[in-house]
Amino acid sequence: MSLEKIISLTGRGVGVPGNDIDTDRIIPARFMKCVTFDGLGEYLFHDVRKNADGTDQPHPLNDPRFKGAAILLSGANFGCGSSREHAPQAIQKYGFKAVVAEGFAEIFFGNCVTLGIPCFEASRDDIGKIAAAVGKDPATAITVDVAKQEIRFAGQTVPAVVRASARDALMNGRWDAIGELIEGLPAVKSTATALPYLAA
Amino acid sequence: MTTPQSLFQKVWGAHAVRVLANGQTQLLIGTHLIHEVTSPQAFGMMRDLGLKVLMPHRTFATVDHIVPTDQLTEPYRDPLAQAMMDELRKNCAQFGITFFDRASGKQGIVHIVGPEQGITQPGTTIACGDSHTSTHGAFGAIAFGIGTTQIRDVLATQTMALGRLKVRRITVNGSLRPGVYAKDVILHIIRTLGVNGGTGYAYEYGGEVFDRMTMEERMTVCNMSIEGGARAGYVNPDETTFAYLKGRPYSPKGAAWDAAVTRWRATASDPDCHYDDVVMINAAEIAPTVTWGINPGQGVAITECIPDPAQAATGDEKSSIEEALAYMKLSPGAPIKGTRINVAFLGSCTNGRLSDFQEVARFLRGRHVAAGVKAIAVPGSQIVAAQAARLGLDKIFREAGFEWREAGCSMCLAMNPDKLIGDQLCASSSNRNFKGRQGSPTGRTLLMSPVMVAAAAVTGAVADAREVFAFTQAN
Repeated sequence: MSLEKIISLTGRGVGVPGNDIDTDRIIPARFMKCVTFDGLGEYLFHDVRKNADGTDQPHPLNDPRFKGAAILLSGANFGCGSSREHAPQAIQKYGFKAVVAEGFAEIFFGNCVTLGIPCFEASRDDIGKIAAAVGKDPATAITVDVAKQEIRFAGQTVPAVVRASARDALMNGRWDAIGELIEGLPAVKSTATALPYLAA
Repeated sequence: MTTPQSLFQKVWGAHAVRVLANGQTQLLIGTHLIHEVTSPQAFGMMRDLGLKVLMPHRTFATVDHIVPTDQLTEPYRDPLAQAMMDELRKNCAQFGITFFDRASGKQGIVHIVGPEQGITQPGTTIACGDSHTSTHGAFGAIAFGIGTTQIRDVLATQTMALGRLKVRRITVNGSLRPGVYAKDVILHIIRTLGVNGGTGYAYEYGGEVFDRMTMEERMTVCNMSIEGGARAGYVNPDETTFAYLKGRPYSPKGAAWDAAVTRWRATASDPDCHYDDVVMINAAEIAPTVTWGINPGQGVAITECIPDPAQAATGDEKSSIEEALAYMKLSPGAPIKGTRINVAFLGSCTNGRLSDFQEVARFLRGRHVAAGVKAIAVPGSQIVAAQAARLGLDKIFREAGFEWREAGCSMCLAMNPDKLIGDQLCASSSNRNFKGRQGSPTGRTLLMSPVMVAAAAVTGAVADAREVFAFTQAN
């Protein structure tokens, strides 16, 4: 399985501010009654973007100025809650290619990497600078750099961390582990044989 | 002389197949539990890649999230739910996986089925496409939630790529006061350490309070580890664990049982082993706890008041409280006690076990759900339902004005017909109170213990169960 090496990417940004934005908010559970991931992008942040009658609530993703953004900016503990992969799938299918936040919930982070979505941790102040630039000019080109661990925008550069194992996987095109895991099958069998509850 | 090790280190070490190129471990998953919501796409990927399930005999399925709790027969009214049921059946048949479906009498919430079948055992690794998989850690297993692509990995290779977790030891010594339950212990821990305090950690729970707990109580605590940010949480196996497991369908038998118990005892953390962090909690400080906000860490003791943003220590905390209060439509500084409720929900993988219903039933005799409150009691599995019926509990709940339902996830999370309507406020024994969690985009959830849910149900408002029901020192 040959995957793209993800070194850096450039796009416009949009901020969805707040801490502890959870997976139920990212993709409400009633939209997970599906046997594929197709069409999930439409329901991203649905219940905080839409009223019951289908009209729009005020929300950055409803703001036409930010349409087409590829980089999502947010706060601390982003993606907390469920292990549902539907959350990063909805984010990806909506059109985002990277997320920048103060921190990520662990299962969500891992699910994103598996889909080739780099997640960058940056300080609140630095994310604020990016958001300010985007607010001033939504067309601002933002480059998120996995290799250099920085974010470049509007003539500024701020540091941004991608956890080492994720960084390695993304840069080497091994972010979907299945190929490597299959290579390990002989060792899997011998490890299992040594465990009484699996040896049978 | 070998270095003392924690249970986590021992079990990780025994299941680590090899180190991958990026430094993560290829970890053997000894037991794989699946359900209808997160598995369909994984099986689809298996078909696309032309792969077979490596260890079908180590893979167990049930259906829980989408089942209507007021209907056993198919087709279900919701065609999407029926489609997911059909898909799981098809996948289990195609790939040779045991499916505890509703006709088997063994169906239920996956984190209730695994333990009651004796599938969940000490010293094992357990994965499932559901974050409350941490529940199984109560048996001294390393158990955690995974995403759909990882389900594919486990189906195909019985392994997944994972970074090693650190271990935080949480010791709770002393005695819980009457009316304080396992649910209050974990709500207190999350309140104290924060909803992301456990990120990167597995939580090892121990101390006098845990030593005394039953397996079902340990499961309640481990269940909500993920709400504290900890992907896994566990309790060291002991005689309580072995007594629970003895004679269960998938437990070892005969000589194999004795050998297993010897191994399981050795799995427990060694005295003087290294922990990355240690937290000590005094049981006497734990009160019946109720969440008032929009994450499980936003809780207060029943005797306390809803926070006032004006008193917040930081700007962050202030906006967080303001956002929560605006959504919950609660008043800053008001006592949490007396908050009127519309719905009472007893059930979920957190508190849907027999002992939860037994404990509530003790206090419900002669009492009745308040006028205007919709109360539902949902046994966590068909076996729990059958055991409850043999004890006459279903009759007690119905006579008290609760609807007694079929087993499933029900009102925890909005994927089946059990949902809040509008901005209804629900006293719930479940595990999450996020915006819209229980099915209405404006629905509001208050998390608490089952007995506290019952107290709210009979009074029509959040109440101190110790004032509503007769607790003796022996409780």
